[in-house]
Amino acid sequence: MATVVTKGLKKFYGDVHALDDVSLDIEEGTLLAVIGPSGSGKTTLLRSIAGFVKLDAGKIYLDGEDITHVPPEKRNISMFFQNYALWPHMTVYNNIAYGLRLRKYNKNEIAEKIRWVLQLLDIEGLEDRKPSQLSGGQQQRIALARAIVVEPKVLLLDEPLSNLDAKIRLRIRFEIKALQQKLRLTTLYVTHDQEEALSIADKVAIMHNGKILQIGDPQEIYTKPATLFVADFVGTNNVIEKKGYVRDGVKFVNLGKLVLQAPPNVDVNKVNIVFRADEVEIERRNEEIPGYDYRFDGTISGKLYMGFKFRYEVTVDDENKDIKVIVNSDKDFSIGDKIGVFLKKDKVFIF
Amino acid sequence: MSKTGLGKMILKIIVMVIILFVILGPLFGVVLWSFAMKWYWPHPIPQEMGLKYWSEVFHRGRVLDSILLSLEIACIVVGLSLIIASPAAYGFSRYRLPFEKILLVLFLMPQAFPQLPIFINIAAIFSHYHLTGNMWGIIFVHTMASLVFSVWIITATFRAIPEELEQVALNLGASRLRTFFTITLPLAVPGLIASAIFVFLWSMGEFTGAFFIGAPFIQTAPVMMYTAAMGYNMQTASVVALILMAPAIIFMVVIEKYLKAEYIAGLGG
Ligand SMILES: Nc1ncnc2c1ncn2[C@@H]1O[C@H](COP(=O)(O)OP(=O)(O)O)[C@@H](O)[C@H]1O
Ligand SMILES: [Mg+2]
Repeated sequence: MATVVTKGLKKFYGDVHALDDVSLDIEEGTLLAVIGPSGSGKTTLLRSIAGFVKLDAGKIYLDGEDITHVPPEKRNISMFFQNYALWPHMTVYNNIAYGLRLRKYNKNEIAEKIRWVLQLLDIEGLEDRKPSQLSGGQQQRIALARAIVVEPKVLLLDEPLSNLDAKIRLRIRFEIKALQQKLRLTTLYVTHDQEEALSIADKVAIMHNGKILQIGDPQEIYTKPATLFVADFVGTNNVIEKKGYVRDGVKFVNLGKLVLQAPPNVDVNKVNIVFRADEVEIERRNEEIPGYDYRFDGTISGKLYMGFKFRYEVTVDDENKDIKVIVNSDKDFSIGDKIGVFLKKDKVFIF
Repeated sequence: MSKTGLGKMILKIIVMVIILFVILGPLFGVVLWSFAMKWYWPHPIPQEMGLKYWSEVFHRGRVLDSILLSLEIACIVVGLSLIIASPAAYGFSRYRLPFEKILLVLFLMPQAFPQLPIFINIAAIFSHYHLTGNMWGIIFVHTMASLVFSVWIITATFRAIPEELEQVALNLGASRLRTFFTITLPLAVPGLIASAIFVFLWSMGEFTGAFFIGAPFIQTAPVMMYTAAMGYNMQTASVVALILMAPAIIFMVVIEKYLKAEYIAGLGG
């Protein structure tokens, strides 16, 4: 059964549609990640579920019960705030104990639970410190500990990794996933990092301008993006906008010598061809690679060494001389080399 | 030493001398006066010095009473001002109140007009309600006037506390009242103390209101000082002046020592 259900949530700030008809379900014990660029309404969505936003329309259900008008302190939904919001006048121990004391546990039970959560998050020994005496990573864990120690029905995480160094981020990403699975926490995880979302989520929702554009499991989002925005947002992408044409009632678009059929619902005057830099292959002009469906030609016009790969900028041989695409490859070419670019049918999206 | 270094140094010394002259010069005179038994012009220092006036101040009823009265009034004013200003300031800082502008103007009103005519008018009104010639009239006036800065200071303090710190508490299940007393208020302590000190010192030193509303039956320390000086009793006036300065100096030390280390560091994190 879905633990959290939102139906048609709307919130307008003047002309800004922070939430525009947001409906989603979070199944019990699963992690739903919401991704979207900054300003797309992610925090507003979390704050609505936590009870801090006066909605203009819509309903929120928790375990089948309508909680739309239940005040935040009666929801038993824990929210992790993006900048941690630790209380500077309390020790780490008192920060974590706050929610437990409200739940009327006795002293020993509180001490026991705090020991458990500190051990779980690997931050023992910080109990008597003040938040200002902790590193960013430690503060992040204390905030997480404070949120989960009360055993909430739902955990809301607002960009939990965004204030950490890139290196720790990757490690903690896996730790959060392991923790969520171990405790079977129903979790809503908000981030602007698509890779982070795809790697830890059971389900992913893409948000833009307050609207949910697509919900699905990570593979589905990655392999079958429903709109241009989703396709462009997920992965390192090439988006080529060209004018198409209609022949015998079928829409087409050309890229150099390559002729691609476009779906019937596209606007022929503005066809977008999308493919990912990692999902193409390149080879010298006079050679072929078996197993690929499409090919167009181009010239290497830029080259970056990425450590495990090269990143090439390829200028496409097209009537429009300005079309450049990015290609990642482990083959070594030089600037000026004439090459062919090879693609697979299901890795090219046309909108 | 480079040329600019020397220039800076000289400038510094000049500034210091001016500060010493402006602040410590009069102060030095007051200190001398408080010990003077005999001091006739043009002698640079008193011909005869002694502790007579100091001991008189602490023994003779009138002077000591005025200081104690001022202390009592100041303490009650601080309490009332905090109790009234805190909720009002919280409202200003967190909610869009319907008549916010008007309320704020009301709070600022007492400072917007010349003091003297206001106090004379107030004294006339208060006499109808038996609020002149006793402590409560002065307390009333001081509390009203002190709200100007206490509401101002405390509103700024509450505004500086991120709303999210309160929302976490609500999120974990705390009521609004509990959130206010366990999160907001403790975090506002530095601002509350600053406001309390300010109000205390202001009330201790306030003359005009205390004079018109208290006279002639009760005398606060500043009024006492004024009448003493008017009667050419420079010694008593000087002693009272020095005693009135004591709280300011004590508070300065307290702020320097405790507030900074404990709260300002804590709030930064
Ligand atoms: N309290 C508010 N007042 C006015 N506008 C707001 C408020 N909260 C959010 N917004 C606006 O709503 C939009 C979505 O904001 P937010 O939910 O914070 O996005 P995200 O978390 O995805 O970056 C933004 O355009 C933001 O400016
Ligand atoms: Mg946000």
